Amino acid sequence: MKNFNFKSATNSKEASKLASGRATFLAGGMSLLPAMKLRLAAYTDLINIKKIKTLSGIKVSSKSLRIGATTTHSLVSNSKEVGKSIPSLAVLADGIGDPQVRNRGTIGGSIANNDPAADYPSACLALNATIHTSKRKISADKFFKGMFETDLKKGELIESVEFEIPEKSAYAKYPNPASRYAVVGVYVAKLKNEVRVAVTGAASCVFRSKELEASLSNNFSASVIDSINISAKGLNSDIHASAEYRAHIIKVMAKKAVSSC
Amino acid sequence: MANLVGSKVERKEDKRFLTGKGQYTADINLVHQTYACFVRSPHARAKINKIDIAKASSAPGVVKILTGDDLAKDKIGGLIAGWKIVSQDGKDMKVPPHPPLAKDSVNYVGDHVAIVIAETLEQAKNAAELVNVSYKIQKAVVKTEDAMNSDAIYEGIDRNLCFDFLLGDKGKTDEALSKADKVVKLDLINNRLIPNAMEPRASIGDYNPSSEQLTLYTTNQNPHLTRLVLSAFNAIAPEHKFRVVAPDVGGGFGSKIYPYAEDAVVAWASKKIERPVKWVAERSESFLSDCHGRDHITHVELGIKNDGKMTALKVETIANIGAYASLFATVTPTYLYAPLVIGLYDIPVASCNVKAVFTNTAPVDAYRGAGRPEAAFLIERIVTEGAKEIGMDQAEFRKKNFINKFPHQQCLIHNIDSGDYAAHLDKALEVGDYKNFENRRTQSAKKGKLRGIGFSTYIEACGIAPSAVVMSIGAGVGLWESAEVRFNATGNVSVFTGAHSHGQGHETTFAQIVGDRLGVAIENIDVIHGDTDKGPFGMGTYGSRSLAVGGTAIAKACDKIIEKGKKVAAHMLEGKPEDIEFKAGEFVLKNSNKKKTIGEIAFACYLPGQYGEIKSPLPTGVEPGLKETAFYDPVNFSFPAGTHICEVEVDQDTGETKVAKYTAVDDFGTIINPMIVEGQVYGGLAQGIGQALYENGHYDESGQLTTASYMDYTMPRADNFPQFKLDFTTTPATSNPLGAKGCGEAGAIAAPPAVMNAVIDAVGTDVSMPATAEKVWNALKKKGTKKVAA
Ligand SMILES: Cc1cc2nc3c(=O)[nH]c(=O)nc-3n(C[C@H](O)[C@H](O)[C@H](O)COP(=O)(O)OP(=O)(O)OC[C@H]3O[C@@H](n4cnc5c(N)ncnc54)[C@H](O)[C@@H]3O)c2cc1C
Repeated sequence: MKNFNFKSATNSKEASKLASGRATFLAGGMSLLPAMKLRLAAYTDLINIKKIKTLSGIKVSSKSLRIGATTTHSLVSNSKEVGKSIPSLAVLADGIGDPQVRNRGTIGGSIANNDPAADYPSACLALNATIHTSKRKISADKFFKGMFETDLKKGELIESVEFEIPEKSAYAKYPNPASRYAVVGVYVAKLKNEVRVAVTGAASCVFRSKELEASLSNNFSASVIDSINISAKGLNSDIHASAEYRAHIIKVMAKKAVSSC
Repeated sequence: MANLVGSKVERKEDKRFLTGKGQYTADINLVHQTYACFVRSPHARAKINKIDIAKASSAPGVVKILTGDDLAKDKIGGLIAGWKIVSQDGKDMKVPPHPPLAKDSVNYVGDHVAIVIAETLEQAKNAAELVNVSYKIQKAVVKTEDAMNSDAIYEGIDRNLCFDFLLGDKGKTDEALSKADKVVKLDLINNRLIPNAMEPRASIGDYNPSSEQLTLYTTNQNPHLTRLVLSAFNAIAPEHKFRVVAPDVGGGFGSKIYPYAEDAVVAWASKKIERPVKWVAERSESFLSDCHGRDHITHVELGIKNDGKMTALKVETIANIGAYASLFATVTPTYLYAPLVIGLYDIPVASCNVKAVFTNTAPVDAYRGAGRPEAAFLIERIVTEGAKEIGMDQAEFRKKNFINKFPHQQCLIHNIDSGDYAAHLDKALEVGDYKNFENRRTQSAKKGKLRGIGFSTYIEACGIAPSAVVMSIGAGVGLWESAEVRFNATGNVSVFTGAHSHGQGHETTFAQIVGDRLGVAIENIDVIHGDTDKGPFGMGTYGSRSLAVGGTAIAKACDKIIEKGKKVAAHMLEGKPEDIEFKAGEFVLKNSNKKKTIGEIAFACYLPGQYGEIKSPLPTGVEPGLKETAFYDPVNFSFPAGTHICEVEVDQDTGETKVAKYTAVDDFGTIINPMIVEGQVYGGLAQGIGQALYENGHYDESGQLTTASYMDYTMPRADNFPQFKLDFTTTPATSNPLGAKGCGEAGAIAAPPAVMNAVIDAVGTDVSMPATAEKVWNALKKKGTKKVAA
């Protein structure tokens, strides 16, 4: 790892100001630091955002659940509020990495990183989330733009993620046996006005499955999934899984998710 | 005193390991130390046009940058292949030069190009990025099956063929196959594995210009041999001016048997700059440059009579040995493999042809089991298919063909001294509740899972090895072992062994042997190893040899101590040596109540003069001191064997396979410490199941290692395993006085075929290792296996 300056910000504004030039935010460091250690990334300054008190915490209202950007995965998975309002989200958080990773990694870091195999992006899409940043609100549908790419601008800080509380929802993950990231993860949510199905791990970026959403909107039951054709086109093919296999697993996971709703 | 041998004595070494006080190579820091970073080839195969170090040399903190040209100037030799294999046509194997730093070409991703030495590690890494190497990239030879049809990587090595080895009589085997009632054929892949010792490799060269002594601290399984090789072949330093220390080592599994390029280079570099040079591998360097394991493609044919008797076995293997022939790379797929392809069966005729090929991949060498897992896999796979073909129960078919008279001279090489194969098979059937398997299958089906069962009745050859035998078939050294048992004047004992412990628990096991033999409390015995300046020359630890060979040397040294003790005791007790009996730490004069403890004798041996009342205890002609050395050259290999039964559950929707039940009944001969043995079996099983279901070293077409981190290389984890059910049977080895056979590799040898036979039983068609979910899913699709109703 190359040397860098370590700075701590105490509020969002300061953090954004410090994040100029070759600087970046540091949250849990679970994605950033390995990349720096492997010299895949190098920065002159890391801006620690974990000292910003307002960024951590969980708030529920009747319609939505709001999670501060620096809230760790373990806080989410153990949270009573989350367990009551969106239990599938707690399940998702509990399935990320290992206890060490969950004790450090944060929701903001996860979605800012937008790893194609990460879990949280699927929750954001399926639960029609709004990402609150230091500058604006972004709907999840516009936020995830491509592999490791988001709509965030330089110096823009995620402050919290606001999820719509669904009628029912579930997340089913088929983990990569090596990394335990998602080979395929399917998040199914029956919201007040619509059914949303988000798929992670399968392509270069998390996406919503039109086919699954259409069928499940008609009939929210696992049995309809058998007859759906999921195309392998555009899906990832790598040493862990071919596109065809991923297409198949999307169906298997979708069924599993719907059944456990 | 209670017997130590046979009891679950807690490991003496665990306190320091569990409290973080182990002393590994990376923990050693020397005054004035520098840090090294190796520039490695990013290409699988390329010519080196030029290495430009100008910019890097002037980077901050850089002390020295050395390349292959500097090595050549100093006449530092290349790394060697330690075992000469002769091809069927009588010609010696062909091996390319293997300079520790590349000279004109690089031949795998990770190949060593230059060493950058700086004041800090960060400076070394920064400067390494500035070393500008101009490469002319060439087409890489990657796949095992393509190697012989590709361009020669090295001039003079046609078809990339290292050797074409044959064991057994091919003509007679073909004839017997043609007469068989049934011939079963299989094509098998033994997947490439990356060893992944918990501690990455590390080495520190420390040259002392005043004494002209060179010390190399290194993560190694046999420091003496490393010193010998680096002295004799690499000309790093003469042996008497060279000390190799392998302190605590965090796992080896074979990958740390050999001196590596980094060892030679840091030792030599330290001499040049007259400062210590430290290198510690990062995990990604371990993936790229530790020797890998396995990587065979095999065709096998088994002849069977209608009555179920096996009549002949023919094996044809292509073994990928990577870019260079590493130290034991040539013996692993030949003498450690071929003699065991017939397993523990009484097959009258067999042949095994092995073609070893070079490819542009990391060198492949011994990895836990070394040749024996490959042999066990093919024989246990084809025997399973044979039983199906002939319509016999798996257990019955095996029993019918077991060797059942000992000693048994098999048709290939080995003379098997002892065993009782039906005993461990029967016990495994019972412990594994074989008779109720169908019930369990039905239960699984109710959950929508396909359940399968697989057998593996394996044998292996351990305790390598009789020197005269191995040297007659190409070994560059004899494989005896040494020990020194040193009584200190105050009655405690220091035991030196030429074996090396890197997880095996020698400090405990060996102390148990000494404790029982000499009647000394275990806390008063220390086992010392891993330092060429301390104990006598030894051959290190691999091939499950430490106890059978090294332990025997220790026992023999103890016997010499007792013999001398008897002389001294006789003199002190005023009797004859032949009238002295030694038991439980006491020398007793027959038919009297006169006795001396061994502690008193030791004390006396160190005080041979007159001291007050005490007269010299030493009879004339007996030297003072109480210390004995023994070298033990085994008379034969030892032959552990056992029966493992695996049951798996396959998820029909995803193809995911889970090991549902695993029973292992092993015959390791006499067991010194059952707890340590169980630990060894557990670890071996984890690796064996890992090979069968998860692990795979994969290179893409250009020769890039695509599984170079834990993101992509599936190391099995605890939740991949059920609770293993272990049990034992015992037929003591007749080839050594301890009766020990060896247990370190059994799990890794037995498990892959047990697991794969179970997977194939569940799926109903062949699947190759590792049986990943997608492969199994495809097999189910292809086969059209009927879904069991959930
Ligand atoms: C061993 C291991 C296993 C893992 N397994 C999984 C898994 O199974 N599933 C999964 O989804 N993830 C997994 N992860 C990733 C983990 O969830 C990370 O915690 C997460 O991706 C990044 O969060 P972080 O807080 O550590 O972010 P950091 O590493 O600190 O930062 C990541 C990136 O996000 C930026 N960033 C951080 N916070 C903000 C913010 N508030 N606003 C704007 N930008 C910000 C940083 O500048 C950086 O570019 C794993 C990680 C490890 C090390």
